[in-house]
Amino acid sequence: MSFDWSYAASLAPVLAPALWVTVQATLAGTAIALTLGLLLALARRAQNALVSRPAAAFVELVRRTPLLVQLYFLFFALPAAGVSLSPFATGALGLGLHYAAYCAEVYRAGIESVPRGQWEAAAALNLPRAHTWLRIVLPQAIARMVPALGNYVVAMFKETPLLSAIAVVELLQAAKIAGSETFRYVEPMTLVGAIFLVLSLVTAKGIRVLEARLARALHA
Amino acid sequence: MSGLAIELARGLGLTLALTACAAAVALAAALAAGLARSAKPHAVRWAAAAYVEVFRGTSALVQLFWVYFVLPFAGIELGAFTAGVVVLGLNAGAYGAEVVRGAINAVPAGQRDAAAALNLSSAQTLVRVVLPQALPGMIAPAGNLAIELLKNTALVSMIAVHELTFTAQLLRASTLQTGIIFAVVLALYFAAASVIARAFRRLERHAAVTA
Repeated sequence: MSFDWSYAASLAPVLAPALWVTVQATLAGTAIALTLGLLLALARRAQNALVSRPAAAFVELVRRTPLLVQLYFLFFALPAAGVSLSPFATGALGLGLHYAAYCAEVYRAGIESVPRGQWEAAAALNLPRAHTWLRIVLPQAIARMVPALGNYVVAMFKETPLLSAIAVVELLQAAKIAGSETFRYVEPMTLVGAIFLVLSLVTAKGIRVLEARLARALHA
Repeated sequence: MSGLAIELARGLGLTLALTACAAAVALAAALAAGLARSAKPHAVRWAAAAYVEVFRGTSALVQLFWVYFVLPFAGIELGAFTAGVVVLGLNAGAYGAEVVRGAINAVPAGQRDAAAALNLSSAQTLVRVVLPQALPGMIAPAGNLAIELLKNTALVSMIAVHELTFTAQLLRASTLQTGIIFAVVLALYFAAASVIARAFRRLERHAAVTA
């Protein structure tokens, strides 16, 4: 097996836009996952069983079924239900919904990790409920959740190749197309693997730095 | 309708077979790499760390395509099922290696000192002292990894293994009953994952009682 560096270099104009699609899908998925995940976590804590039960069921269903099947479901079933989204939008929505279920568990654990005394102190100070949540509980909870949430963002980034199954031309799909045109898969596939490896290692390092900073800020 | 059920049952069977075979590979890889990371020779530690970082740092689907499309250029041609078992097993094994490492590190150092004081060999220390104490802590994370592995088997449908997801795609194209087929397939995965979760919870309780 030989690695042709000049062929590899010629792939840059193909892979660069695909990498941008991958990054955009990750960012859009993250935005959905972080927002919806918080709503799910709050819904699971609701007193009303009509709210908490469906939220819990949704989280379990999503966490126990494959992302690929969820993507196919959205891709083929949404148009049948009259909702037509572009492949990219479907993919970002699928990633977002999937990781929202995981983020909901992180939020839940983070909220539960805020000591009871904080709630009691807020009540003693007669703070309104919204104020207690936004100014007291969530700031403390979110600082604790950053490492876990960051890991899920990296995990989501690594799952974006699944979008190739619903016709999104992200990195893996671009590499597959390039390979099928030249019948040479060594360079495109290896490059895609290397890009993922480098970017995940860099992001993981970034999260560890952020984690250390937050830990210092919390204890300061 | 019964034709659909038979097709789906056959797909589910292959999905479960993939999960079981890959789990065996994952278990062996996780133990080997997890133990190797605390081995004395530098080269062994480094090789284990490289394996874990590469498989955790790249996407499982990319790994699968690399093994299936690139390795044949190096003269290594694996069938689709074998490629799936190898890649999914090694992928889960890399995550499992971190579980093994964490559980072994959690065994108090005094246990090792005591074993040394009793003149136990390092193999005896590992097998009779360290591993029995480390195993209970590995059960819950191993259960989560087993469920991740089950879900990852769906990726193998993209290299045309006729497992559950691939079967669903074939049936969707031939019957156009998209909603029902995918709802059933999601339910089957959910049921299989729930069985795995319950089995590991039982195992965990059993380990807690005997410990």
